[in-house]
Amino acid sequence: MSTATLEPRVHAPRNYLNADYGWKSWLFTLDHKRIALLYLVSITFFFIIGGSFAVLMRIQLVEPQGALVQPETYNKLFTLHGVVMIFFFLIPSIPAVLGNFLVPLMVGARDLAFPKLNLLSWYIYIVGGMFTLYSAIAGGVDTGWTFYTPYSSTYSNTQVTAVAIGVFITGFSSILTGLNFIVTIHKMRAPGLTWFRLPLFIWATYATSIIMVLGTPVLAITIFLLALEHLFHVGIFSPALGGDPLLFQHLFWFYSHPAVYIMILPAMGVVSEIIACFARKRIFGYKIVAFSSVAIAVLGFLVWGHHMFVTGQSVYAGLIFSLLSFLVAIPSAVKVFNWTATLYKGSISFDAPMLYAMGFIGLFTMGGLTGLFLASLATDVHLNGTYFVVAHFHYIMVGGAVMGYLGGIHFWWPKISGRKYPNGWAALAAAIIFIGFNLTFFPQFVLGYLGMPRRYAFYPAEFQFLNVMSSAGATILGVGYLIPLIYLIWSMRYGPVAEPNPWGATGLEWQTPSPPPTENFAEIPVVTEEAYAYDEQEAAHE
Amino acid sequence: MQGFPFQPEQASTIARSVDYLYWFITAVTLFFTTIIFATIFYFMLKYRRRSPGERPKAIEGSLPLEILWTAIPTLIVAVIFVWSSSLYVRNAEPPKGAMEIFVTGKQWMWKIEHPEGQREINELHVPLGRPVKLTMTSEDVIHDFFVPAFRVKKDVLPGRYTSLWFEPTKVGTFHLFCAQYCGAFHAGMIGSVIVLEPDAYERWLAGGVQGESPEAAGEKLFLQQGCGTCHLADGTGPGPSLLGTYGNSVKLTTGETVTADDAYMRESILAPRAKVVAGFIPIMPSFQGQLTEEQIGNLIAYIKVLGKSQPPPPKEEGKK
Repeated sequence: MSTATLEPRVHAPRNYLNADYGWKSWLFTLDHKRIALLYLVSITFFFIIGGSFAVLMRIQLVEPQGALVQPETYNKLFTLHGVVMIFFFLIPSIPAVLGNFLVPLMVGARDLAFPKLNLLSWYIYIVGGMFTLYSAIAGGVDTGWTFYTPYSSTYSNTQVTAVAIGVFITGFSSILTGLNFIVTIHKMRAPGLTWFRLPLFIWATYATSIIMVLGTPVLAITIFLLALEHLFHVGIFSPALGGDPLLFQHLFWFYSHPAVYIMILPAMGVVSEIIACFARKRIFGYKIVAFSSVAIAVLGFLVWGHHMFVTGQSVYAGLIFSLLSFLVAIPSAVKVFNWTATLYKGSISFDAPMLYAMGFIGLFTMGGLTGLFLASLATDVHLNGTYFVVAHFHYIMVGGAVMGYLGGIHFWWPKISGRKYPNGWAALAAAIIFIGFNLTFFPQFVLGYLGMPRRYAFYPAEFQFLNVMSSAGATILGVGYLIPLIYLIWSMRYGPVAEPNPWGATGLEWQTPSPPPTENFAEIPVVTEEAYAYDEQEAAHE
Repeated sequence: MQGFPFQPEQASTIARSVDYLYWFITAVTLFFTTIIFATIFYFMLKYRRRSPGERPKAIEGSLPLEILWTAIPTLIVAVIFVWSSSLYVRNAEPPKGAMEIFVTGKQWMWKIEHPEGQREINELHVPLGRPVKLTMTSEDVIHDFFVPAFRVKKDVLPGRYTSLWFEPTKVGTFHLFCAQYCGAFHAGMIGSVIVLEPDAYERWLAGGVQGESPEAAGEKLFLQQGCGTCHLADGTGPGPSLLGTYGNSVKLTTGETVTADDAYMRESILAPRAKVVAGFIPIMPSFQGQLTEEQIGNLIAYIKVLGKSQPPPPKEEGKK
């Protein structure tokens, strides 16, 4: 995706895309919409890298003895797949791309509160990404994205430090983005836009930002300590140096479990917007859905111990973490019920964004429910560390978060690019992704229950059948992801020009031209109605 | 390539109860997935848009419905929580009289030491129908001892002991996996648990290379390392007598009382000054780096039998 393809026709009205030209106008831009596009291009790049690692892994696992590479190489593949996908794609995906683009537009502001910090956070992200890419080129890293000690700190002789620095740096990008959103949502809402008139995407982004600001520093400290032990042999995590072997896991999961909600909450926000629009209905139980985001963000900080049920954790700690983990399932379930109820007596159309949103609900429901097996102590003992866990979190993070992200991209693409994409292709891609995803990851639930541990470069022959199924599904999934990449790029030049509000949606972002002018709104709008007032729309249009 | 079964073999006393719970949660999952999928499909068909101008009336929400669909999932997860937790708590402690086997994980192998002295690598022979308790530690990184057919799993940590137990109910050979990523050949850190009929197990014990029993090896180490110089049996030495100490509570200089279990013994060998017995001065040197995990295990095995093989002299602890 180059800037050239984004240049509109000569007679186009002034907008943020044609306001200025040349690479400097992009790399030094302070416009939140242009920064969102910088992120869009960069995370797409990292998604392709992380996806390529996954392709190689699935090829490897077609044969029990490992079809492609040596175990050392396989270990590096799954490590880099995890690191790239989580820290450089999923965590920034919806917040940094759609959040950056939409938060000011949705609250009726001209930009985020701190435009320079916003640009800085992109540069920080890129510098962190460079360290990670360097580590991949310089020999890779083989600790798993979880960096468990003492393996990572004292035993692995791969590029642990480079990756640790990369993740450490990128964390600051998250913190700054979160901070920017919090301040913007508090201080820059348009006149009349009260908290309970905010779109649910803003509520979800707000909850996400809180996790980013409170959780990410803990990750930074943890990684700093890891580097300290790795480089200078200060005994913190390694028992041989006098450290505690489990301390790292406590610190790591204190951030990394909430990080799952950094990935899924924004997707939930996106889905709320899409369902309201394509059912022409206000979200059922708006306040409940809004508060459930906050409840998930808060409870999410108290469940990290469920990653450690088999570490020899005390029985009582296990019981408490199990109970809290069950509790965090409730607000998620409530959201799903409310989305479903929103469809009741709606006027439902099946445009591509809606198909992605429905795909999200289906896959997230399965991902969430399979979490019950892992919150439950007796079953977790058997399933912990197996492919069941791999399947579960991919249902949440790929089935959920990526489906939500793609839904959002399809929903707001006319606003972002000013062009429309072919709806038929988009619907086809959504269907292929849904089918390919289930074929890839459903067999992994069975594999895990049968006892196949994760992170195995080769495996006993009896697991081959399910692994071949999974790899076959991954091929379909890969094709599914390629199709939108092609038609979205195509649409930037050849797609029909989009009107300001092609979906007939409510929300301030649709009341300004597509693409919006640099200053977003000619005049700052005054809000007089609730979010998703689709029934009021009728009066206005007729 | 072959087909696959729906569940792993059930070869331990707890396997069936874990599977019942597993299938219950599966039923819950299917129930909710079906309800949600069916409702969505039904609504999408029934309320599909028929003309572009449609603007259905807004529905604000419904408090009774919200309460209902908060309460029902809460009840269901409460049932799962209570069921699962009681199962877990019940299975947490090994039954009395369990056979004790020492396991050391190391990149990338499992080293097993039987009470009778047999040593094996990546194979664990156990008799049918007898509870077996494993005491485990690692010489390097974190490993994880996982036997799917028994539904048991526990991390194997460097620097501390963890334990798990099982009682085999089926004769056969079962997978033993390392389930915590431990480096290059993690996938190769696999072995088998071989469950034998009790008499076949006796024959297995009698055959093969008879090693030293852990206690005998521990006794030798006790002498070699000079432990006996200070830890005199009558308690008059500079270190406390170890007769009958194992398993009892010990009063520390700090006034605290601890149980002299495996973890305490291990700590006292490697970091003797961490928890000093009341009445003694911290002069014992650390044996950190001088003993392998197996040797430490042997020493503890010896200390364990010290009290049992001969009656402890009266009032040994009280005097100090």
